[in-house]
Amino acid sequence: MSDKSKYQVDENGMYGRFGGAFIPEMLQPNIDNLKKVYLDIINSEAFQKEYKSLLKDYVGRPSPLYLAKRLSEKYGTNVYLKREDLNHTGAHKINNTVGQILIAKHMGKERIIAETGAGQHGVATATACALMGLKCVVYMGEVDIKRQAPNVARMKMLGAEVKAAQSGSKTLKDATNEAMRDWICNPEDTFYLIGSVVGPHPYPDMVARLQAIISEEIAWQIKEKTDKEYPDYVIACVGGGSNAAGSFYHFLDDERVKLVAVEASGMGVSSGETAATIAMGDLGVIHGSKTFLMQSDDGQITEPYSISAGLDYPGIGPIHAHLHDTKRATIISATDQEALDSALELTQLEGIIPALESSHALAALGKMKFKPDDAVVITISGRGDKDMETYMNRFGF
Amino acid sequence: MNRIQKLLQEKKDIFSAYFTAGYPHLEDTMPVLEALQEAGTDLVELGMPFSDPLADGPTIQKSSEDALENGMSIKKLFEQIKDMRKTIDMPIVLMGYFNPVFKYGVEAFVAKCKEVGVDGVILPDLPFDEYNDKYQQLFEDANISNIFLITPQTPDERIKLIDANSNGFIYMVSSAAVTGAKSGLSDQQLAYFNRVNNLGLSTPRIIGFGISNKETFTTACKYASGAIVGSAFVKLLAEKGADKVSINDFVKGIKDTSEK
Repeated sequence: MSDKSKYQVDENGMYGRFGGAFIPEMLQPNIDNLKKVYLDIINSEAFQKEYKSLLKDYVGRPSPLYLAKRLSEKYGTNVYLKREDLNHTGAHKINNTVGQILIAKHMGKERIIAETGAGQHGVATATACALMGLKCVVYMGEVDIKRQAPNVARMKMLGAEVKAAQSGSKTLKDATNEAMRDWICNPEDTFYLIGSVVGPHPYPDMVARLQAIISEEIAWQIKEKTDKEYPDYVIACVGGGSNAAGSFYHFLDDERVKLVAVEASGMGVSSGETAATIAMGDLGVIHGSKTFLMQSDDGQITEPYSISAGLDYPGIGPIHAHLHDTKRATIISATDQEALDSALELTQLEGIIPALESSHALAALGKMKFKPDDAVVITISGRGDKDMETYMNRFGF
Repeated sequence: MNRIQKLLQEKKDIFSAYFTAGYPHLEDTMPVLEALQEAGTDLVELGMPFSDPLADGPTIQKSSEDALENGMSIKKLFEQIKDMRKTIDMPIVLMGYFNPVFKYGVEAFVAKCKEVGVDGVILPDLPFDEYNDKYQQLFEDANISNIFLITPQTPDERIKLIDANSNGFIYMVSSAAVTGAKSGLSDQQLAYFNRVNNLGLSTPRIIGFGISNKETFTTACKYASGAIVGSAFVKLLAEKGADKVSINDFVKGIKDTSEK
């Protein structure tokens, strides 16, 4: 795809009026350095060879594009599930961590830091570090550490050090602040491995490129499975937005493909208990990026709410803010209850227990009208193992 | 010429203190300012608290959290300091993160700074290019100095660029750290100060981060026009509150160079 796309980042690190690198001077040399080398590394033959081989033999790609027949019948259309839940470690996160770890190695970095909310990105980072024999420190909000004990144990078993973020609301945004503070204090040997299409440029672009494998596969798989040249819809959930960015990437300039991102509206868009950033947020700067975010009238960043720990980020990747601004993508939202209903529906119709995040994407089926011959691709970003406690509580199993 | 430029022209060994507005109690902002002035402080950085202060260590994070809890906001701060020029002669620099200022409206913010007599602004996460592109003219027209940070990792070329676009002072961060990290200045840090001093910059420097006592203050003053004490002073406020006597003792204890 051409780098000149109007939906892609420009030479100043902006997606339209979003993005950029709003960082303190302490981080400037690190960001400048990464900006200088990341494209050359990603485009190099050596990187591509190693990355593609790890994706195939370690992650288990390509992930299937599965025609969900019973679900399709119910909604009177053709629903194809992009099965990122079948990846090693159970979600799309590993596509990014395997890629960034190779970039870190090319840059000669010895120590990896990461932030995590529910722990999925933390586990994927710890996994990649174990694979490469690199030191790994994961920052996680104190509140999340208590809520996500199995993932904390997985990270520790993988050899990572899990550090509690004790400031602010003690959740994902505070873990991100802690990781940035660590990077400020360790500018020489440390690589910050961000888990979504957020943060200062070049992170949103770098992560989108590493997740772009999702849409690269969808593009050829849809031709293989159908007599169509392209899918009519690609639907993905969005918190920070990395699985959505990856699912959309190769279709951005093909306007025949309708792109739909589903935010988590928690108890309802205007309930005050929501993570629907596009619906409820306004323009600001969070973690180095200008984008829509949830904030008070005084510009203090507020804590979002969603039943899904992977979607309750108070900002949204600048690429998605731009896709919304340009109307290239449609942004809708699903509540906790709608996501839970969709999770149960997929499980009982198709025998697939999805992650709560992915269930928000599935909820789009009940909210939109599709034609009988449409090819509707929904990205199942992760599997539901980590959410069993919630499912047990909510469904009474 | 604003108060910052005048001070730096006239004085050496500038003692500067940072504290968070609305801390430890909401209405402590003016009493602390007045106590600092009475104790002989030359310049104050007044912190505008933010929910996500990613360049700050635990002490200033906590003070920001408490100040927000107390109800502090930019709007409230401008109300508190609207008449400060009746009693305060020291240059006042507002320091904080970009998002609350952006939300307030940068133009409205700069206009309000001018109106109440603020002399400078430090917004660590407003990058140089963005400032240069969008806001430099606005700041300069209002005679408000935008203060940039430099660190041991900042390349010489960039320091020169920052120097050419500064008109108050350059905030020389002493080490790769967040605020309130370890105290003391190593040979490596002194070498960095020397490297910067040899660049022939036109903007004076004030050193911050890791300055917490008389020893570090005195050393820093040998390499710059002065130094900033932040976390150590916020710690004092946490312990003693806006108490005039302890603030006086604290400032004199660091600043007074007559007793050797």
